[in-house]
Formats: sequence, structure tokens, C-alpha cells
Amino acid sequence: MSSGEVGLVVSVILACAVEAVEALTIVLAVGTTRGWSSALAGVGAATLALAAVVAALGPALTALPIGALRVVVGGLLLVFGLQWLRKAILRGAGLKAKHDELQTFAEEAAAARAAGGLRAGFDGYSFTIAFKGVLLEGLEVAFIVLTFGANQHDVPLAALAAVVAVALVVLVGVAVRAPLARVPENTMKFAVGVMLTSFGMFWGVAGAGASWPGDDAALLAIVLAVLLCSLAMTRGLRTRSERVLLAEGASLAELATQSAGAEPGLGA
Amino acid sequence: MSRVRALPAGIWEFVVGDDWRTALGVVVALGAVALLAVVGISAWWLMPPAVLLLLALSLRRAIGA
Repeated sequence: MSSGEVGLVVSVILACAVEAVEALTIVLAVGTTRGWSSALAGVGAATLALAAVVAALGPALTALPIGALRVVVGGLLLVFGLQWLRKAILRGAGLKAKHDELQTFAEEAAAARAAGGLRAGFDGYSFTIAFKGVLLEGLEVAFIVLTFGANQHDVPLAALAAVVAVALVVLVGVAVRAPLARVPENTMKFAVGVMLTSFGMFWGVAGAGASWPGDDAALLAIVLAVLLCSLAMTRGLRTRSERVLLAEGASLAELATQSAGAEPGLGA
Repeated sequence: MSRVRALPAGIWEFVVGDDWRTALGVVVALGAVALLAVVGISAWWLMPPAVLLLLALSLRRAIGA
């Protein structure tokens, strides 16, 4: 397996697992609160819609000239990656609330109960919430599958990695029948941000007509550089926010609590 | 919001996200690399500092917001 293919598989699995955990939380909340049949019908419909997007756009993307494909896809991946990375750095530094699956589950379940109108047969609320949740979380993954797959000329490998990640998350979710709150989501989002930014930079520059020294080997150096710089930014921002809290009179115990809660994955 | 306006807004939100300045910066940086490549300069070295600068500025805006 080439470094590009390894990057493809790792990036797709991580991104897909993160989005699958979020979608699973929504589906579990609606399914356990209002019943499973309509919720699962929504999941099925969204899965079909996502498969149609991949089937329609995949061949079109792979038909583009490689230079144009790489500069467009590289640019899009950079925009995506920098967004993921910014949010993960802010969460790691304690400046943004971490995604809490238990809280999301409680909110979705409360909304499902409050929606009322539960009757036997088809439940439009469950179908719509499950459909929207899976479709919206899945679109980003479909984009990553398509762009990574098209660039490596291996959309099937990317799709296979996505299927494996979703299957694993669903299997664990069904086994524990609870939101997967222990998945280190921020760490995984941080890793995806690093990968998307690195691949975006690598492909974007190559597509724009410049050559990386060392060709494909440059990718490893780029990933390492982006990772180290992002960790340094996280650490710098956390130190800064701790100084601000101290200046505002926070106790050392409060700082320890904030620090412990802020970075479960980036340091570990 | 009407569906006609919601679709482009949704696509904008999906692609550009909540920080259009970063997206614009990426386009400008890649454009500069392409322009330099046209005149025979392989400006791979331009992109890493440009990307780190864009990330730092984006973080700065987020903290200030």
C-alpha cells in the first residue's frame, strides 16, 4: 500500500467514525424515544441518498484532468481541514465546548418526546430527524471519500474504508445500546483536520504546477509539520487562556479542572 | 428562507463554512503558487507558511469573536 493509499484509508476511517458516532447518537435518541421502524427507515433513505451522491459524482470526478482535479480538490480539502483543525484546537485549548454525545442524546430525546403526535405506523418526526442526521453527517464523509478516492484513482478503496468505519461504530452502538460517549472524538477530529490540511496542501500545490521536493515522501513531512504546529498552537492557546483565568481570579483547582477536561486526546 | 435561497446558502455553508476569509486565503495562496509555476518557479515553499498563517489568523478571529 502506498503512503497515499494509507493516508486515504486512515483519513476516511477517522472522519467516517466521527460522523457515524454523531449520526448514531441522533438515531439512538429518536429510536429509543419514539420507536425504531420510522427512524430506521430514515437511516435507510439517507444511506441511499448518500450512495447516489457518491455513485453520481465519483465517476465525474475521476474523469477530470489530474491537474485540475488536484488543485480544486486540494483547495476544498484545505478549507475543510482548516475548519476541522481550528475547532479541534479551540476545544483542545479549552476555549470551545467539547462535543458531548450524552448531552446531545439527552437534548434529542427531550425534543423527540416534546414533539408529541406519536401514533402507530409511520412516524414522520422520527423519519425526518433520522434522515437529516444521517444525511448531513454523511455528506462530509461522502465528500472526503470522493475527493481522496478520486485523487488516488481508487474510489472503491475509499468507499470500503467508509463502510468499515460505519459498520464498526454501528456494531459497537448496537452492542452497548447507548451513545458512544467514550470515543475520543476531539482527538479524532484533530487527526482528521491534520490529514485533510496536509493532503489539501500536497495536492493543491501539485495541481497548481509546483513540485514537492522528494515527491510523495514530502507528504510525511507535511503531515508531521502540520501536526507539530497544531499541537504547539493548542498548547499556546491553553497557556494563554489559563493566564487570563488566573488574572480573573480563578483558583488553581479550577484551572486543573479546566485543563483536565480540555484535552483528553491531544495530550494523550 | 425560501428553498431557492436555502440551497445556495446550504452549499456555501457546507463548502466555505463559518470563515470565508480562510477560504479566500486558500484560493489566493494556491493562485500565487500557480502564477509562479507559470513563470517557471516551483513555489512549493509558499504554501506551508501560508496555511499556518491562515490557521493562526482564523484562531485569532475565533478567540476575538
